[in-house]
Amino acid sequence: MAGKTLYDKLWEAHLVTQREDGSALIYIDRQIIHEVTSPQAFEGLRLAGRQPWRTSASVATIDHNVPTTPFKSAADIADDTSRIQVQTLQDNTREFGITEFGIGDVRQGIVHVMAPEQGAVVPGMTVVCGDSHTSTNGALACLAHGIGTSEVEHVLATQTLVAKKMNNMRVSVEGELGPGVTAKDVVLHIIGVIGTAGGTGYALEFAGSAMRSLSMEGRMTVCNMAIEAGARAGMVAVDDVTIDYVKGRPFAPKGADWDKAEAYWRTLVSDADARFDEEVNIDAADIKPQVSWGTSPEMVVPVDANLPDPAAESDEVKRSGMTRAYEYMGLTPGMPVTDIKVDRVFIGSCTNSRIEDLRAAAEVAKGRQKAGSVKQVLVVPGSGLVKQQAEKEGLDKVFVAAGFEWREPGCSMCLAMNPDRLEAGEHCASTSNRNFEGRQGNGGRTHLVSPAMAAAAAVAGHFVDIRELDQA
Amino acid sequence: MEKFVRHDGLVAPLDRANVDTDQIIPKQFLKSIKRTGFGPNLFDEWRYLDEGFPGQDNSSRPLNKDFVLNLPAYQGASVLITRRNFGCGSSREHAPWALMDFGFKAIIAPSFADIFYNNCFKNGLLPIVLSEDNVEALFQAVHGKEGYRITIDLEGQQVIPETGAPLPFEIDEFRKHCLLNGLDEIGLTLNEAEAIRAYEKGRMEREPWVFADH
Repeated sequence: MAGKTLYDKLWEAHLVTQREDGSALIYIDRQIIHEVTSPQAFEGLRLAGRQPWRTSASVATIDHNVPTTPFKSAADIADDTSRIQVQTLQDNTREFGITEFGIGDVRQGIVHVMAPEQGAVVPGMTVVCGDSHTSTNGALACLAHGIGTSEVEHVLATQTLVAKKMNNMRVSVEGELGPGVTAKDVVLHIIGVIGTAGGTGYALEFAGSAMRSLSMEGRMTVCNMAIEAGARAGMVAVDDVTIDYVKGRPFAPKGADWDKAEAYWRTLVSDADARFDEEVNIDAADIKPQVSWGTSPEMVVPVDANLPDPAAESDEVKRSGMTRAYEYMGLTPGMPVTDIKVDRVFIGSCTNSRIEDLRAAAEVAKGRQKAGSVKQVLVVPGSGLVKQQAEKEGLDKVFVAAGFEWREPGCSMCLAMNPDRLEAGEHCASTSNRNFEGRQGNGGRTHLVSPAMAAAAAVAGHFVDIRELDQA
Repeated sequence: MEKFVRHDGLVAPLDRANVDTDQIIPKQFLKSIKRTGFGPNLFDEWRYLDEGFPGQDNSSRPLNKDFVLNLPAYQGASVLITRRNFGCGSSREHAPWALMDFGFKAIIAPSFADIFYNNCFKNGLLPIVLSEDNVEALFQAVHGKEGYRITIDLEGQQVIPETGAPLPFEIDEFRKHCLLNGLDEIGLTLNEAEAIRAYEKGRMEREPWVFADH
């Protein structure tokens, strides 16, 4: 009998019942809750007269709607609808007895930054949240994926989900990453190779020596964008990096429980003879710093490339998508990436707002100045604790000295549900995860890049190859 | 949830691949705390020439007359045909809520993004996967005849076009059962409460830290 993949092990460990019709009931260990996708779920509970199955399974915070300028209470949020959602979450978590890191709590932050940071997510868990970037948490060898609001309610009421086992895919990145090549470039490159639907129906394990060489923050960046490759769940096996990251975090097991936990967690790796339904092998040496040029994350090229020609694309559906993207982005096929000028820069989001990301951006910003043509550079830490750490290291001062704005934690300009947004036609170098039409503001034009590449674009006024920054 | 057994409806063609949930219902409309009322803002950035915001009177906004759902021929459409990877992007259930609120009962495409596909079933919206060739043939048929209708027979798992042979489609048994009977999934799962408790007991012994209070 073939060995098991990491996903097989996680699935089996959470199987409550396997039904004859092929569906299954799987147990959910942790649910992360935020203000946008939960109000209708709590309302559903109330209407049906149901109580949460296990309140200790849930942890909530506010992120999508919050302003990134200082505010003291919900009443300070100017936008009525945002304020109502923030207030509604507070009311719901109080009514149902769920822990929330709310306004003014240093632990408040982006759901997928806060949860691992608190140790609320540990290896071997099933983790869900009404947010597609829940895949981020798979970096800790969890089965973590986004769900819709009906499922948020289902998990609250039953602590389970009705699911069907996915197929296994492994993406192995072997070798050493070149200078200036980060976790973000790795995942953008992977999406460029397999496409935005390449992972649909699969649980995606990221493996190989290059993946193992990444810090936990880097692994979260990669797993974060599994969904942009079409996969609901991305994951990385347990190793020393995982164990060291979890140890000592507030929710993490302690004492004898820790030893027992660690022994179990060490088994959370794919067996050597495990069979994957699909395998993708990538040579780390082929990965260069990446810049997305279009309106889908698969429309991505290395920074030293010229933009692709739709005429060379044989697939008709893809070709028309490219043509439409050029029109929306206001770019021309064949132009060098480095000729694209940027109007605003956003460093933040659940993809790239952890301390390591801010350090990488600060290293570039240090001793340099925002280009005069760039209207705004936002640096938004992922949580209050990330902000605190960055300030301890003096990163905030580096950013401010370079003409960047240092903000309060939240989702910010990643999705423009709050005051941070692009104006129509503006190009943005963004460390977020989606370059869809209008994502960062109606008519806004997003280019996905790493934190270092975003900072470099901020000082140059256009994209530059981070590997040649001093010559730029 | 409303039952879905059989549906006959006018077809609207949305000839784009990778239609993401930000397009289906832009983020500013996610601030509602209700499940209804999203229909007027479905595909907001494509339907209107100005920028929409929650709570506004949509009837006075300038329409993009070229957008397919604004064409007179497709008024009252309840079946949408579109291209591959429909519903990619965020997990927002507001996307199926908006499609249903607008009046769609079924979406036909060569493929769907996983989370969106799943969310549709929770609301009685039927996503149907047909081959690229069959979808292409439907596009041609719809473009070739004004008022083109199709019938969807869920029991028999087939799409019956106005012209040509019925097209069979696959669907999970459980999902089909829930749709045909309009079942509340939470109620069904709670019938298995004993199994969930028994499972929990075992896990608590093996991994007590998962159940710790905080």
